[in-house]
Amino acid sequence: MSAPNNSYDPVEVTSLHPDEVARMREEALAAIAGASSLEELKEVRLAHAGDRAPLALANREIGALPPAAKADAGKRVGGARRDVSEALKRRQAELEEERDARVLVEEAVDVTLPWDRVSRGARHPLTTIAERMTDIFVGMGFEVAEGPEVEAEWYNFDALNFQPDHPARTMQDTFFVEGAGGRPSGLVLRTHTSPVQVRALLTRELPVYVVAPGTTFRTDELDATHTPVFHQLEGLVVDEGVTLAHLRGAIDAFVSRMFGEGLTTRFRPSYFPFTEPSGEVDMQCFVCRGASVGNPDAPCRTCSSEGWIEIGGCGVVNPRVLTAAGVDTERYSGWAFGLGVERTLMFAHGVRDMHDMVEGDVRFTSAFGMEI
Amino acid sequence: MRVPVSWLREYVDLPTEVTARELAAKLIAAGLEVETVEEVGADISGPIVVGRVLEIEELTGFKKPIRHCRVDVGAANGSGEPQNIICGARNFSEGDLVVVSLPGAELPGGFKIGARKTYGRMSEGMICSASELNLWEDHAGIIVLPEGTAEPGTDAFELLGLREDVLDIAVTPDRGYALSLRGVAREAAALYEVDFRDPAEAEPIEENGEGYPAEIADIDACDRFVLREVSGFDSDAPTPMWMKRRLALAGMRPVSLAVDVTNYVMWELGQPLHAFDRTKLSGGIVVRRAEAGERLETLDHVVRDLDPDDIVISDASGPISLAGTMGGLDSEIDDASTELVIEAAHFSAPNVARMARRHNLHSEASRRFERGVDRELPLRASARAVELLTRLGGGRPGGLTSVDPKVPGPAPIVIAERHAARIAGVDYPEGTAARRLRQIGCEVVEEGDTLRVSPPSWRPDLTDPNDLAEEVIRYEGYENIPSIPPRAPVGRGLSPGQRLRRAVGRALAGAGFTEVLSYPFVGERDLDGLQVEADDARRDALRLANPLNDDEPFLRTTLLPGLLKTLVRNVGRGFPDVALFEMGLVYLPKEGMPAAPLPGVDRAPTAEELAELEAAIPHQPRRVAAVLAGDREPAGWWGQGRAATWADAIEAAREVGRAAGVEITVRPGRYAPWHPGRCAELYVTVDGGEVLVGHAGELHPRVTKAYGLPARTAAMEVDLDPVERAREAVRAPEVSTYPVATQDVALVVETSVPAGEVEAALREGAGELLEDVRLFDVYTGEQVGEGRKSLAYSLRFRAGDRTLTAEEATAARDAAVAVAAERVGAVLRG
Repeated sequence: MSAPNNSYDPVEVTSLHPDEVARMREEALAAIAGASSLEELKEVRLAHAGDRAPLALANREIGALPPAAKADAGKRVGGARRDVSEALKRRQAELEEERDARVLVEEAVDVTLPWDRVSRGARHPLTTIAERMTDIFVGMGFEVAEGPEVEAEWYNFDALNFQPDHPARTMQDTFFVEGAGGRPSGLVLRTHTSPVQVRALLTRELPVYVVAPGTTFRTDELDATHTPVFHQLEGLVVDEGVTLAHLRGAIDAFVSRMFGEGLTTRFRPSYFPFTEPSGEVDMQCFVCRGASVGNPDAPCRTCSSEGWIEIGGCGVVNPRVLTAAGVDTERYSGWAFGLGVERTLMFAHGVRDMHDMVEGDVRFTSAFGMEI
Repeated sequence: MRVPVSWLREYVDLPTEVTARELAAKLIAAGLEVETVEEVGADISGPIVVGRVLEIEELTGFKKPIRHCRVDVGAANGSGEPQNIICGARNFSEGDLVVVSLPGAELPGGFKIGARKTYGRMSEGMICSASELNLWEDHAGIIVLPEGTAEPGTDAFELLGLREDVLDIAVTPDRGYALSLRGVAREAAALYEVDFRDPAEAEPIEENGEGYPAEIADIDACDRFVLREVSGFDSDAPTPMWMKRRLALAGMRPVSLAVDVTNYVMWELGQPLHAFDRTKLSGGIVVRRAEAGERLETLDHVVRDLDPDDIVISDASGPISLAGTMGGLDSEIDDASTELVIEAAHFSAPNVARMARRHNLHSEASRRFERGVDRELPLRASARAVELLTRLGGGRPGGLTSVDPKVPGPAPIVIAERHAARIAGVDYPEGTAARRLRQIGCEVVEEGDTLRVSPPSWRPDLTDPNDLAEEVIRYEGYENIPSIPPRAPVGRGLSPGQRLRRAVGRALAGAGFTEVLSYPFVGERDLDGLQVEADDARRDALRLANPLNDDEPFLRTTLLPGLLKTLVRNVGRGFPDVALFEMGLVYLPKEGMPAAPLPGVDRAPTAEELAELEAAIPHQPRRVAAVLAGDREPAGWWGQGRAATWADAIEAAREVGRAAGVEITVRPGRYAPWHPGRCAELYVTVDGGEVLVGHAGELHPRVTKAYGLPARTAAMEVDLDPVERAREAVRAPEVSTYPVATQDVALVVETSVPAGEVEAALREGAGELLEDVRLFDVYTGEQVGEGRKSLAYSLRFRAGDRTLTAEEATAARDAAVAVAAERVGAVLRG
């Protein structure tokens, strides 16, 4: 260690001699160039760029020089150290590159190997498509209403203007729940989601804009196109000044979001006790868009070359239903619709057989993944 | 309702160029759902002509008698020479007019007619039967045409109506009038705005003598009753071919002239008729309710016990017919009846519906009465029937009995002129509503902005203002209703419960479970298979009165049977590694099962009525359940697989909790169908109290055996409702950036002590500085001794405001161990 040289006496410092600095620099550079591995380079770094390296020691001597010599010596030593440091960096990079080229190649794996250690699950497509259908209406501002599956006959039929002996009541093949001691219970498995209309009207503030997705039941044997347990999406609007035009607008919006923009719909008169006027809704076939009609060269399997696909029933809520639900029919009117979830899935995704939706075969459900 | 188009055209001047398909489209647009347009006879082609049998040569020596005929077919065969035809039928003679298919013709079923050698002779065609031409069902032999029908060689297609378009209409329950040619024709006429000829407006017929005595005893059962007699009827008179053909096209089997006429008039006018044999009646006829204990053998040879709600036609002998449903066997006309009494009546629609259902007798008559028949029709329809019977079967009309109790008709319906326009959202021109309503037969009085509308007698379905609006709108065209998006108020989106269900579904699917939607129908066997005790609440299930399958009459009280059966199905299909889940309702009867009331519908139910309704609705909690078997992780190039275990089932339940943001506490339990040593009770905390929400673990070996499941199948079932209630708003944790201090402890406890309790004790004892505790090893063996186990925990401590000293961390650890020692007898392993 040298004390600062405050005197003006010229002191000869050997290590700062220009030749000496150049020699140290050359030595260091040669050692760096000579390092053949990252490990060797590490040694070289210690020897020629570490705290005890000749150039570092020389650097410390600069303070001992007379002021006039300091700048010159500092410049030379600094330059040499910079050269060494840069050479180290370069060599480091070279050696790393060499190592990477070698080692990373040695470590290569077969990335096409399977890694199916965690099995994939899936949600049922009827669940996910019902959610999608629901969300289209939620996007329009509707809320989701619910009701029980074992339902009072009053909600399922009477309040919906199904009169006790009207054929409409017997046309819906109903599962009846046995009461105590085998007596009638007044309960059925709901044959449609429409009882939720009455429940919504009895419990919600007007105006009401709701959809009700849900499970429904009829005494049909399971076959390719029927199942005793199926799903519907009910829609109900009760407000002031609503018209069939708004109903059509809602259905059109659904069809275009679900099946594709620009598809048209068709309303046909029909009959339901709880709506009057009533209609069936057909949508233009989203596959052929009507091109298959009368064109035997290009038949359409989706619509059987009819050009139209029936998607559900709808109509103006029968004022008798509103009355049974305590709604002022002078002020309010409404409309409702019911869409088949199975039908929607069959059309939208080409499901051919109801058995597939019912049996729970993982191959079928897995194909649909988490969302539809 | 099958409607032959040529028959329809008899009553409506449809433009000739209108095709059956166009007509169908028009009717569909107006609400008559034409399901099919059948082109009857489209599979018949080639030369089929009238022939006259000139000579018959009986061929012998064959197994059955065979005729070689020479038949004059005029110029139809090109040569004018008689055709040689072999025929096996025997119901014709020389000189008869017959129908001949010449070589080149093709008959239904792709049957090609050619000249060929048969029975040793050349046969140049075929003499046809009605069945062979699909005209009507008749196995009595070939068709013999009445003399003078046509000249030999005349084309038979037009003559016999071999080709016909038939509309098959699915008539909705409100449109009873459309169950007749009359009703459909009226609709078509209005749609095309062309003339309609009402077939009910026939010429009046003569009446001879007194009518058969009859009275109505119950005006609620029947408000119109007409009898007409025919005497001297020729019971052998055949039904003319045109009528047979029409009946066959309409889907009815020709029987005899008298029966065919009643069916024909029913199809034509929509009025069901019944024909009695006058000689089998005794005393006056009374229309009344059946008396308890009365019985009637109906035409189908079933002896029926009558219900006091049944409407019967009776004479001195008792009931002779079930009104509007089916006639009695004893009074029915037969092959020899010459004295006929034709009944045409108007019965109560709901009453006939009940009768049809009660006796399971759904006839063409009951179908019409249930939907409503024109009350003004009986007089006319019976006249039409008598006219046809006497014209085609001889005899002369007898007396008329017309019982017409004066019942007040429905009051006119008053609607706003704009009512239909307001409902449709279409600005119909003024006068549209009145014009359209008149078109369907209403009487309309215009009074300023309102219309006073009296519907016609054939439209009993029109009772409310909206019924009239529908008529206006459908004639103006449903297709012309514009599309205007609704403007709903700002919605609240999905409810927390609805969002939770989606989150749970995604979480379980993400964890490798596949969703199943199984039927909720279960049987005794399913519950036995679960090994639930005889007094288990799950056996107290709702029973269906009319199950699809008698072995599965119950509604599920647990989701497991459906899931387990689906698991077995998948294994059977070659997928041994299965993980399934289901979310759905279970159905739990209420104590005593109070019956649900039927409040009136002319007002909202009262609060008491609503409460009574709700009290009758069974509990229907939503559950989520999962089952898994085989490998949870398969073996692979990476090494061994990992079998699914009880722990995966519990973890699936925890997954449900995590989706809800709710911690599930696990305790050992014992509950069927689980393995008693591998069953977990699952709890959540709701409002500070613990609630049991379900179970998870490995199934009992007897359950796996009963269901045929793979060994060690595991399952869980959780009630979602309390999980939802257990949710609490998350408060953001304060994330400390001070260093962590980790302390490991190994605690020795009795084997029977649940790890969950040890951890709970550690957590409580460690206090606020504890960030996390994790069990990283479980050891049993010599070093800890028999009946004991060592649990190794890693405790992570951290403070929010400082770096913990080693002393602080150790003190916290010691406090944790102290509570564990006190609570579960844990000893720090040295």
